[in-house]
Amino acid sequence: MIDGISIYEILTVTSTLFFIGVYGFLTRKNLISILMSIELILNASVINFVVINKYLYPEMLQGVIFSIFIIAVAAAETALAVAIIINLYRQIASVEVKDTEIMKY
Amino acid sequence: MIVSAIASVSSKKMLRSVIYLLFTLVGVAGIYFLIDYNFLAAIQLTVYAGGIIVLIIFSVILVHHIEMELEVAKLSKKLLVGTACVFGLSVFLTTIYMHDFKVVENFNTTTTEQIGLKLLSYEAGGFILPFELISVLLLASMVGAIVIAKGKKLTNKNESE
Repeated sequence: MIDGISIYEILTVTSTLFFIGVYGFLTRKNLISILMSIELILNASVINFVVINKYLYPEMLQGVIFSIFIIAVAAAETALAVAIIINLYRQIASVEVKDTEIMKY
Repeated sequence: MIVSAIASVSSKKMLRSVIYLLFTLVGVAGIYFLIDYNFLAAIQLTVYAGGIIVLIIFSVILVHHIEMELEVAKLSKKLLVGTACVFGLSVFLTTIYMHDFKVVENFNTTTTEQIGLKLLSYEAGGFILPFELISVLLLASMVGAIVIAKGKKLTNKNESE
């Protein structure tokens, strides 16, 4: 645990980060920006896992291992999403959400 | 960190918002360093700040002109989503501050060796099965990314053969 910083302050920071991500996810109209907002949301949840592990159950390691898995899944997901976005850009020359109708079938 | 996160979702220039996201991710790695999880901080720096940011910058440069202005959402929609987010945040914060966490005083450091042993142990509470699953998932996503990015050319070659 950190000297002089309680768990409440860190949880405040992470929930603020989470809702900034949600705000970006809902207002942005560009596929890459939406991907970046998803990264923000995932990061906030990973910090929550680690901090609760460290402050409340310091003998366990489950939080750390779960956050490693979350980071791996997020990396795989980002690679796939970037591949899809670039392929889509080659076909319809746009990455705006309103133009992506070709993925429907 | 919070400031650069806000800048990253509200900046109009694409490349700038990616750089703000990089600052946010480095700040998150700083939190991991502060609570003594050095291994996680290293993972965060290499995977996110090294890998994902480079990937996103590549896709931005391939897809956009660098200084292109983004299309902005309508002001009314922004206000609506902003108030909804502030409401949700206040709900979260009241729940957090109402709850009484039983914080354990401790200052011991978790070494990488402990994490590795736990990750590969066969006993109850070990994580060997998800570890293997995640490796298969990474392989599958790599193959899938290559197939998607190369899709058209591969099918053409198959047809010609």
